[in-house]
Amino acid sequence: MIEFRGVTKQYPDGTLAIEHVDIVIQPRTITVLVGSSGSGKTTLLRMINRMVDPTSGQVLVDGTDVATVDPVRLRRSIGYVMQNGGLLPHRRIVDNVATVPLLRGVAKSAARARSLELLDTVGLDRGLADKYPRQLSGGQQQRVGVARALAADPNILLMDEPFGAVDPIVRLELQTELRRLQSALDKTVVFVTHDIDEAFALADQMVILRTGGIVAQIGTPAEVLAHPADDFVASFIGADRGQRRLRLQPRDPASGRIVVVDSAGRPAGLIEDDHASIGDGASPDVKAS
Amino acid sequence: MNLFIDAFAWIFDPANWVAGAQSPLPIQDRLAEHLLYTFVAVLIAALIALPLGFYIGHTGKGRQFVISFTGGMRALPTLGVLFFLTMVLGYSMVSTTANFLGTMIALVLLAIPSILAGAYSGLESVDRQTIDSARASGMTELQILVKVEIPLSLPLIVGGLRSGVLQVIATVVIASYVGLGGLGRIIASGIGLNDYNRILGGAILITALALLVDGVFAVIQRLTATPGVGGPADTGRSAVRRQAQRQPATVGTPNQERE
Ligand SMILES: Nc1ncnc2c1ncn2[C@@H]1O[C@H](COP(=O)(O)OP(=O)(O)OP(=O)(O)O)[C@@H](O)[C@H]1O
Ligand SMILES: [Mg+2]
Repeated sequence: MIEFRGVTKQYPDGTLAIEHVDIVIQPRTITVLVGSSGSGKTTLLRMINRMVDPTSGQVLVDGTDVATVDPVRLRRSIGYVMQNGGLLPHRRIVDNVATVPLLRGVAKSAARARSLELLDTVGLDRGLADKYPRQLSGGQQQRVGVARALAADPNILLMDEPFGAVDPIVRLELQTELRRLQSALDKTVVFVTHDIDEAFALADQMVILRTGGIVAQIGTPAEVLAHPADDFVASFIGADRGQRRLRLQPRDPASGRIVVVDSAGRPAGLIEDDHASIGDGASPDVKAS
Repeated sequence: MNLFIDAFAWIFDPANWVAGAQSPLPIQDRLAEHLLYTFVAVLIAALIALPLGFYIGHTGKGRQFVISFTGGMRALPTLGVLFFLTMVLGYSMVSTTANFLGTMIALVLLAIPSILAGAYSGLESVDRQTIDSARASGMTELQILVKVEIPLSLPLIVGGLRSGVLQVIATVVIASYVGLGGLGRIIASGIGLNDYNRILGGAILITALALLVDGVFAVIQRLTATPGVGGPADTGRSAVRRQAQRQPATVGTPNQERE
């Protein structure tokens, strides 16, 4: 469990990046920190592994105030993935993945064997092991970044806009992969994004931040959609512009299917079970196009 | 052109290479001295400038001060420094020691700015995100320096050493002004004897030595270019500028080939 208790962060230049934040993050869930640029997402995330220290308040991991833990030891026990993978350009993929185990003094051959397994875990070909980061595509580098973060088998995985630099298709693929990994490996994931759709796609819990590092709302995606806490949240998730509002079209007589359209009338998907009668209380799955 | 042919003839005249030949010969002894002075001066300069440059490059502290300070050092006329030092030191020690020390200090002062600049600008050229990510994975500051910053900036560090060495090789000539050895002795005696072959021969030897050492450094720079970072290291001082502008190496495109 990760807990923020009355956390405030003011940078030396006077910028108030986070203002009195309380958040509880349950173990083995994905919590997404979402908000516009400069709203303090990165600052919040980096307080968990002491890359940033709070000005006041506490950050607790499993009940221990991280301020009392040696930063180097703490960081080795928490996985961190950043936007461009943050790989070491002068080291081969396999050595990049083994970074933390090697720092911890694991024997080279054992670390290498484990790295190769991790490449499998994140869906990368073992043939890439001896390449250098720049020989890989952005999406592949991102997967290596995830493998590296997993290498020390941490309970916590911090991800800062990890899929920001890849194209939408790869991004979708990586999101699916992350969900799969999370449920398979039972990690507590804290994920930063400014993409609200990505937040909806991944989150068990969403933390919506507004400029000035103030929490606007915390809740499950369904809660946030159903009850935006205020106008800011409604506007941020696009509810005010009707972006999240979908309507059912009359059943297509030829195919017997029901098409869902968005507020502008553009098709958004199909009702999965077209035999279910709409409106009888069962909530049909809406398959996004 | 005859002048050059005669000078080369002088260089290759076996009589000038015979051990025990009349001072300032044989040539190989002066060559060895020249290299020895260069080596000692650059070694001492590196022992001072590299740790300082690493400290500045890693922490970003004291950068402004050092830039203006080394700028001032570069403007010092080495010959003036040499005469000043031998004079001052001459009051407190025997003149041979004073002359040797003065020469070494003057040469060390000459080499420090380039080596320092190579070290800190090398470290500064390392992508901040790479360093941040190394720190976030749990490297200590020393590990970041040794395992990330230095390997990634090695070509620039070697580049700084390279220009320091070249400056010193060209300047060791002044050692002969205070009675020390080196190839400068050959030129000085040539001037005394009005022997143009000797003057030009000595100058050619120094040039050849500089080119040779420069070539060795070019090879070292190429070898120290980290494989993942790509292109072979640039040559000479322009490398500092060009590599500083290089794209962060962490951003790659599919199937991008290593040049
Ligand atoms: N090291 C720093 N020194 C001073 N101010 C900083 C520092 N890092 C961040 N800030 C400021 O703190 C605020 C929050 O920054 P932060 O990086 O946490 O935002 P973010 O939500 O991650 O933004 P983005 O989506 O652009 O990454 C911003 O106003 C930023 O300018
Ligand atoms: Mg950020």
